[in-house]
Amino acid sequence: MFKVAYFPGCSLSSTAKEYDVATRLVCEDLEIELVEVPEWVCCGATTAHITSELTAAVLPARSLIWAEKHNMTITSPCSACFSRLKMAQLNLEKYPGLKKEAEEILGETYSGKGEVLHLTRVMLERYGVDNIKAKLKKQLKGLKIACYYGCLMTRPAEVCENDRVEDPMLMDNLVSALGAQAVKWSYKTECCGAAFSLTKTEIVRKLSGDILKEAKASGAELIMVACPLCHSNLDARQPEISKLLKAELNIPVLYFTQVIGLALGYGYLDLMLNKHFIDPAPLLKAKGIL
Amino acid sequence: MARIGVFVCHCGTNIAGVVDVTRVAKYAGSLPGVKVAVDYKFMCSDPGQNTIIDAIKKYGLDRLVVSACSPRMHEATFRRTAERAGINPYMVEMANIREHVAWVHSDDKELATQKAMKLMEMAVAKVRRSEALSKMFAPIEKRALVIGGGIAGIQAALDIAGAGYKVLLVEKEPSIGGRMAQLDKTFPTLDCSACILTPKMVAAAQDPNITLLTYAEVTEVCGFVGQFEVKIKKKAKSVNSKCIGCGVCTTKCPSKKALSEFDEKLAPRKAIYTPFPQAVPNVPVIDRTACTFFLTGKCKICEKVCPTGAIDYTQQDEFIKEKFGAVVVATGFDIYDHSNYGEYGYGEIKDVITGLQFERLISSTGPTAGHVTRPSDHREVKNVVFIQCVGSRDEAKKRPYCSRVCCMYTAKQAMLLKDHYPETQAYVFYIDIRSAGKNYEEFVQRAQNEYGVLYLRGRVSKIYERANKLLVKGADTLSGAQVEIEADLVVLANGFEPKKGAKEFAQLFHMSSDQYGFYNELHPKLAPVETAISGVFVAGCCQSPKDIPDTVAMASATAAKVCALFAKEKLEVEPLIAGVNQLTCSGCETCYNVCPYSAIEMKDKEVKRGEVRHVAEVLESVCKGCGACVGACYSKAVDLKGFTDRQVLDQVETATAPITDN
Repeated sequence: MFKVAYFPGCSLSSTAKEYDVATRLVCEDLEIELVEVPEWVCCGATTAHITSELTAAVLPARSLIWAEKHNMTITSPCSACFSRLKMAQLNLEKYPGLKKEAEEILGETYSGKGEVLHLTRVMLERYGVDNIKAKLKKQLKGLKIACYYGCLMTRPAEVCENDRVEDPMLMDNLVSALGAQAVKWSYKTECCGAAFSLTKTEIVRKLSGDILKEAKASGAELIMVACPLCHSNLDARQPEISKLLKAELNIPVLYFTQVIGLALGYGYLDLMLNKHFIDPAPLLKAKGIL
Repeated sequence: MARIGVFVCHCGTNIAGVVDVTRVAKYAGSLPGVKVAVDYKFMCSDPGQNTIIDAIKKYGLDRLVVSACSPRMHEATFRRTAERAGINPYMVEMANIREHVAWVHSDDKELATQKAMKLMEMAVAKVRRSEALSKMFAPIEKRALVIGGGIAGIQAALDIAGAGYKVLLVEKEPSIGGRMAQLDKTFPTLDCSACILTPKMVAAAQDPNITLLTYAEVTEVCGFVGQFEVKIKKKAKSVNSKCIGCGVCTTKCPSKKALSEFDEKLAPRKAIYTPFPQAVPNVPVIDRTACTFFLTGKCKICEKVCPTGAIDYTQQDEFIKEKFGAVVVATGFDIYDHSNYGEYGYGEIKDVITGLQFERLISSTGPTAGHVTRPSDHREVKNVVFIQCVGSRDEAKKRPYCSRVCCMYTAKQAMLLKDHYPETQAYVFYIDIRSAGKNYEEFVQRAQNEYGVLYLRGRVSKIYERANKLLVKGADTLSGAQVEIEADLVVLANGFEPKKGAKEFAQLFHMSSDQYGFYNELHPKLAPVETAISGVFVAGCCQSPKDIPDTVAMASATAAKVCALFAKEKLEVEPLIAGVNQLTCSGCETCYNVCPYSAIEMKDKEVKRGEVRHVAEVLESVCKGCGACVGACYSKAVDLKGFTDRQVLDQVETATAPITDN
């Protein structure tokens, strides 16, 4: 049994509940055991690391130490949580003073050896696209998908160890394995506007609008993501962006585990596809997938 | 018993202002073997030298110590002085009490004087064991090998041949011409590259002193200056000497699989081909990896159409071995492969091309006959973005150096574009404009002011592929604005890097390379075309990126060096070299391996009567006297003339003994 420490992060119990549900469902089917870090706390998100280096290190350190103690790779389905876990690990290694302070606060020691990976890499690299392919019940024939990676899955490049920072292919390869078609487009790693969603919404409308337009222009019928914040910007903001652009975009945005779920034969409600603002049902029905 | 004279120089106040020179001379007079010790204001002056000559005669001296400046400054002077007075020039030692004492210890005159005394005493200790050495001579094979048939190699060959010496010019490709042949126009005069190059190519081919060997590679080198023995592979052309260059075979060849190297892979070429119409020699070769006959056993159309029966499918690679006195290495460069640049599309976007590809596109002999169209859909272009410093001045790509020519060639290309298509707009993203050169800055100004090329100071963050367009996003750091340009074509100013295989090639000659693989010159200022290997010279971009004028100047400089070498009857060699006592040599090859100049040869030799052993021998004309072998020898069988172990140990002993003057 393939086993990893699972750090869902706050979004996955609220705005991205469907991501959590689909992920757990798919992983159970694939026999990937997600061991949720007990009593995990907030990763610190954007707030911690711009206000206090110590807070930004201590919050993730708690989960890092637990995973290390239990000898497991730690993973998060959220790009921001992943980035915070990984950056904390690197900073604790780089600054011995910070590490000492963090260890004192937590009352535990940390070696820094444990592995931190985004969920896409755990499922698509470690577990492997080929292993997923072997368990599929359905081919997602005829579906044109734009894979959107966002900023934090591949950047900073030296942290994320991705060899094609500007044009990642991990999810694209999955899409091909599922029988669907990954469109070629160059906005895979553009910024969606992220947390400006609440403070300067017009930035998000512009940036996410560019991404949606490009996806549409490249012929995609669906966007596949692996981050709750990207999802909320591209999906929940889509109606107002459509209005702004004076064009009906109407392009569903699904999490990558939901897309795998479809190919594993799960239904609309199993994967909580009803939670999306842009309903994927018409498209999926037209393609004979639902 | 040695009869030593010590001469202490004041060098005006340079030395005497700090060092008590009288005390140094007095102390010298007390040392065993020293017959006379004097100090004088300027030892190197005529009266100073005469003082030495007079003393030699008066006291019957047989060796000298001059306590003065650095031997780099005046050792040769005093050796000549000694020679004039009938003493062997190698019986002279210098103690450097100026640079090593007076100039660096002016704050403590007492200690400075003591150090000067010590250095002088050490020189005396050394000279006591000096032996007379005589100058050595080696023969010279007066024939040069020039490797690389680009403009550098062609120029070097022409100049050497012009002086009356024979030259073999070896080129890897089927034609000489190199990179310059690929260019459309040249900066800063915009004259046609081919028009100024082809006459030189033809001149090289017709020069009775030059032998051209194209489609050939150097595979092995042994020997040394004056006597290089070089093995050259003549690759099978599959076309013999009956060829008249009519070109029928190329026209009729049905294969279109291969891409033209000359056209930077923008167009297919035939399997039997000359790289370009003005090729020299105008003899095609068959690319066996693309030829239908070699791949399938059927076709032979070229053989059928050839009017002279010049096609020979059975030709084999042939090896020749020849002797040369000197070698000019002019192996050129490659352009940086931008597939490392993810932000510019990993080299996968068809309409993002290299600067060299642009040269082929705009050249009237290129694949589009000079029409600048997009490689993807052959549409004509409106907006063209040029991006400078691709693989240059980029730490992240491990190419921190400036490639020197890209600012200029970008300005040229933008100008040519506007010249051919006045309605187009050219944008140039740059970091700095480096236009140092005669009429270069004016040229770049012209591109901006007369041709309206828009220069934007900043880098491009990313190129986005859109339907039929490229979106170029970048920064204009002068206005602080983010810039987005919809371009039809993006031209990268790819920097220069060493030719593929440059490091392996360097090993053939034991030449050293820098961290990027460019060949090292002997001295960056004072010996820019020599290498650490005597008789091997470098020209052109294999040494560092440079433009055509610099390349030509450098090539002519190598020719001057070669001619100076060949002008001598024999090669004069410094006798301060290593020597092997073959009776004690164990044949372990340690010296052979440490020698940076390949001056040690291992030989099976009869060292005693009836005893043949594997021993080391010093190639006297190659040895530079660095002493690496002396230090490395386990059996103390190697010694350095003029720096024997005994001499050096005596100096060490002297250095550590107290000064006994009172």
